[in-house]
Amino acid sequence: MTYGKMTALMASAAFLGAVALPGAAVQAETLRLLTWGSYAPEEVIQKFEEKYPDIDVEVTFSNNEEMIAKLRATGGAGFDLAQPSHDRIYAAQLEYNIYKPMDLSKIDTSIYEEKLLDGVKANTTIDGEVYSVPHQWGTSGLMADKTKAPDFKGWGDLCDPQYKGRTSMRLKRTILLGTAFAMGEDPFAAYADLDKYQAILDKVVDKLIECKDNVKAYWKGGDDLSALMLSGEIVASETWDSTAFRLYSQNPNIVFVPPATGALAWIDTFTLPRKGEADDAAYKWINFVMQPEIVELMSASSGGTSARKGGRDLLPADKKAAVNAAFTDEDIANLQFFANIPPGVEDMEGKALEKIKAATGG
Amino acid sequence: MSQRDIKRLTLFLLFAPFALWILLLIVLPHIGMGYLALREKIGPRQYEFGFGNFVEFAMEPIYWNTLLRTGSMSLLVTALALIVGFPIAYYIAKIANYRTRGAMFLLCLIPLWVSDLIRAFGWILLLRETGVISSSLQAIGLIDAPVELLYNDVTVVIGLVYTVMLFMIVPLVSTLDGMDNSMIEAGYNLGGSGLTVLRRIIIPYAMPGIVSGCIIVFMLTAGSYLTPILLGGKNSSWFTEMIYEQFITRYNWEAGATFGFLLLAFTSLVVWLGLKLSRQTLAGTVARS
Amino acid sequence: MTSGPVSDLECANISKNFGPIRAVDDVSFEIPSGSFFSILGPSGCGKTTLMRMIAGFETPSAGDIRIKGKSVVAAPPNKRNVKMVFQHLALFPMMNVFENIAYGLRCSGTPKSDIPGKVQNVLDRIALPDVGQREIHQLSGGQKQRIAIARCMVLDPDVLLLDEPLGALDLKLREAMKIELKLLQHQFNTTFVYITHDQSEALVMSDRVAVMNNGRFEQIGRPQELYHAPTSAFVAGFVGDSNRWAGRVVDADAQSAKIETADGLVTECAQRAVHSLSGGDAVDLFVRPEFIAVGRQDASREGAAAGGTTLTGTVDSILFNGANSRVLVRSASNALIEADVTLTGGDADFREGDSVALTWSARNAMGFRSDGSRAGGTAGGNAA
Repeated sequence: MTYGKMTALMASAAFLGAVALPGAAVQAETLRLLTWGSYAPEEVIQKFEEKYPDIDVEVTFSNNEEMIAKLRATGGAGFDLAQPSHDRIYAAQLEYNIYKPMDLSKIDTSIYEEKLLDGVKANTTIDGEVYSVPHQWGTSGLMADKTKAPDFKGWGDLCDPQYKGRTSMRLKRTILLGTAFAMGEDPFAAYADLDKYQAILDKVVDKLIECKDNVKAYWKGGDDLSALMLSGEIVASETWDSTAFRLYSQNPNIVFVPPATGALAWIDTFTLPRKGEADDAAYKWINFVMQPEIVELMSASSGGTSARKGGRDLLPADKKAAVNAAFTDEDIANLQFFANIPPGVEDMEGKALEKIKAATGG
Repeated sequence: MSQRDIKRLTLFLLFAPFALWILLLIVLPHIGMGYLALREKIGPRQYEFGFGNFVEFAMEPIYWNTLLRTGSMSLLVTALALIVGFPIAYYIAKIANYRTRGAMFLLCLIPLWVSDLIRAFGWILLLRETGVISSSLQAIGLIDAPVELLYNDVTVVIGLVYTVMLFMIVPLVSTLDGMDNSMIEAGYNLGGSGLTVLRRIIIPYAMPGIVSGCIIVFMLTAGSYLTPILLGGKNSSWFTEMIYEQFITRYNWEAGATFGFLLLAFTSLVVWLGLKLSRQTLAGTVARS
Repeated sequence: MTSGPVSDLECANISKNFGPIRAVDDVSFEIPSGSFFSILGPSGCGKTTLMRMIAGFETPSAGDIRIKGKSVVAAPPNKRNVKMVFQHLALFPMMNVFENIAYGLRCSGTPKSDIPGKVQNVLDRIALPDVGQREIHQLSGGQKQRIAIARCMVLDPDVLLLDEPLGALDLKLREAMKIELKLLQHQFNTTFVYITHDQSEALVMSDRVAVMNNGRFEQIGRPQELYHAPTSAFVAGFVGDSNRWAGRVVDADAQSAKIETADGLVTECAQRAVHSLSGGDAVDLFVRPEFIAVGRQDASREGAAAGGTTLTGTVDSILFNGANSRVLVRSASNALIEADVTLTGGDADFREGDSVALTWSARNAMGFRSDGSRAGGTAGGNAA
C-alpha cells in the first residue's frame, strides 16, 4: 500500500477507464477483485481457477478508504467485486453512486449467520435494494502484554499514566469511537443528531490530546503495530483482533482485550461496483469462498471470522485458542457493531483527528 | 513533400510524445484539480462554484500551520542537504579521480535503487528503541537504557536529507565540473585564504548549481509523503499527508484539490523568493543543468 | 651573464617526482631583478610543473626556491608574493573587472578607501582606464589578457609568472600582444617568468631564455646565444628552423670537421667550444635555411669559400611565404634541403626544376655528437 503503488493503480485505473471503452468485450472472463490484503490468498485463487478454468482472477489490495476513492474516480468501473466494510456502503452509495444492487437469488443465503446477514442487509438497503452481503467479521479492541499490563481493561487505560510512553493507537475513527464509549457516551446513537455528535467529539479530542503524552507513537498498519508490540516497546495498544491473534501465536502473553464497553465489530462485505463487468463470476466467487473448506483457508490467512453459520468453528486451531483466550460469551454479546456512517460524519471525524495530530503534546 | 515539410513533420513527431505527456499527465489533471478546488460541496451530490474551500483553509490554523511547518522543515532539509552535499560534490568534481568519481556517484545513487518504503523501513529498523543503533550503543556502554531515535522531527529531517542527497549533488557536480581548476588556483595565488576562495570564488561560481539543487530538493521534500509519515512522530504532520487524508479518508476531493493547489502555489512562491534573493533565474539554474 | 647581488627568483636543484616519473630533474637557475625570463620547451617537458612549484601549487621533491633571497618552499600559495597569469587567464566571470582586480587587494587587507585608487591606477597603466564596470564576457581577448596582468600587478608582486597566456589568441593578436607584454614588463619593471612552447614568443620578448627538455634545462642564455650558439642538438633543433641530418665525422682537426651525412652530403663544419668532434663520431648536423645561399648553378662557382660547402641540385618546390619564402632543393645525392630565398615576383625568381647551387660556410654548420639521445626539434619528452 505504498503511496507510489497507489497512485500508479489509480492512474492505471483511470487509464483503463479512458481507453477500454464500454464496447470493448471482455474475452476469457476476468474477475477483478478489489479487496483487503489477506482476503485473496494465492491458494484460494488457484482452487477457484481450477474449478472455473475460464475465469481469471485479478486482485488489487486496498483498504476501505482507498476502495471508495478508486471506485469514485471511475464512477464504479475497473473492478467487478469489492469488499468494503458494512458501515462504508450506505453513505458512499448515496453520495457517489458507485455500487449496484445485488441479486440475492444468485447467492446461497441459507448458509449465512442470520444475525450478520440481516444486519448487513439492514445497513445497506437503499430504496428497497440490497447492496451487500457479509463475508467476514472481526473486531477492533485492545491488546496487552499480560505480564506487563495485567489490569488493562478498557479504552481509557490507553491514557493511564502508569503506561506512560508504552501505549499506542491508530489515529483513525475507531479510537474516537472507543474513547467516546469509554467516556460513557454512545456515539452511534448520536449519529442521528450531528450537533450532539460534535459535542461528543470535542470531548473526545480534548481527552486524546491530553493522552498524547502517554502514547509512544500512532501506528499506521498491522506491521508496525506488530513490531512495536513484539519488541516490547509498548505494552498495550488499540488493535485489530486479527493482529492480536497473530501475535498471540508468537507470544502467548499478548492477548486481545475486548474493552469493557464492548469491542467494536466490523463486517467486511461483498459489494458489486456499479460498472462491474463480470457479475456472474463475482457471484461464483462469493459462493465459492463461503464453502467450509475455503472459509478455513481464508480465515487462516486473514484472521477474520466467516459470516457463515458456525464461522468460529472454522477458524484454525491457534486462532480459535486466541479467540477463546480473549472473548467470553458475554463479550460476544457485548459487541458494538459499527453503525452506518451518515454523510458529513467523516468530515467531522477527520477534523477531530487533525486537531489531535496537530496538537503539541508529548 | 518538400524538404521543409519533412523537417517540420520530423520535429512534430519528435515533439509529440512530450506534448502529449505534458497535456495528458500534467495539464489535464491540473485543470481537473482546479475545477474541483473551485467547487463547494453543499450536500450529497450537490455542488456550487466558489472559493469556499480556500476560505476554509484560511480559517483553519491547523491547515496553514501544517503548510508552514512543511515549508520550514523542507527549507531546513534543503539547507542541510546543501551543507552535506557541497563537500561531496566538490570532492567528486575536483578531487576524486575517474574511478573514485564513479564509485561516489554510485554511493549517492544507491538510496534511489531501493523503494521509498523499504528505505523508510530500513531507517525504522536502525532507529527504533529496540533497533540496531540503540542496542549497539547499549552494548558498547555509551547509554544504559534503550533510547528512542524514531518518531521525531530530527529523524524525519535526516531521512529526507538522505533521500534527496543525490538531487543536490548532481547539479552541484555539473556546475563545479565546468569550473576551471585554475580559477581556484588564481583565487589562492592572488592571496585568498581557503575561506575567501570558497566564499568569493567557488560558491559564487557554483551559485546556479546551488540554486538549482536547492529548488529540486525543496520541491521533492515538500512533496514527499512516505518518509515523513513513516519516520514522523505523534506531532509531525506533513502537508502531503493532509492532502491524502482529504482525498482518501475524508472523501473530500474538493479540499484535497484546494490543498494541492495551495502546496503548489506555496512552493512556487518559496522558489521565486529564493531566485530573487540569490539573483538567479530559472533559465540560468534548473534549465541549465 | 652576471646576476645582481639579490635575484628576485632563485631555484636551486629542484626536482619533482610524480610516482616513478621525474617531471623536473635537478633544475637550478637565478633570475636577476626586473628581467624577462622565458622557459621554452615542448609540451610535457616539465615547464608547467616548474612554474606550479614556484607558485606553490606543487611542492618540490627536492631543492629550494628562493624569492628575494628567502626560501618559500614551506609557504602556501596565498602567502607567496608570486602572482600568476594562467593559461586561460582564470578571470572570475562572476565579478566585473573592478572586482577582479580588487579581489587581491581585499585579500591582502588593503584599506577599503585605497582600493578604488589602486585599481584605477593599474587600469590606467594598462591603458584601459574605462573598463572597470564591465563584465568579463564583454571584453575582447586582448583586453582580458591585460586585465589578467593588471589583476596581478596591482599587488606589486616580486615575480610575475605567465603560463602560455597567448596560446588561446589568434595569430594577429598574438603578435601584437608579444610586443605589448614586453612593453608592460618594461613599464612595471617587474621580473616576468614566461612559459611557452612557442620559440618565437620566447625569442622576441625575453632577456634570457631557458630551454627545457625532459625535466632538465638544456641551456640558459640570451635569445641570440641560443639561436647562434646552441650547446646541444636539442636546442639547435628546437630553437629556430634547421636542416637536420644524421651523419658521421670522416675527418677532423682543431678548426673544423668534415662530415658525411646518411644522404651522402659531405660538408665542412667548424669546431665549437663544447662538443668538439673527432673522426668517426656519429653526429647530428644542423644548418639553418637562412644561412644557405642559393645561386644559379652556372654563376656560383666563386661562392665556394674556403671551409664552406657547395653543392648542386634542382629546385623541387617553392614554398612561397612573402619575406620568409623558401625553396626545397633536391641534391644530387637525393637529400632534400631547405633554403631561404627572396622572391620578388620578377623574372629572376627561382622556378621548380631550376638547377641551383647551395653554399654555406663551415661556421654556420653546427654538428653535435649524437650521444644516443635522439632529442629533436619536433619530438617532445613524455614527462607529465
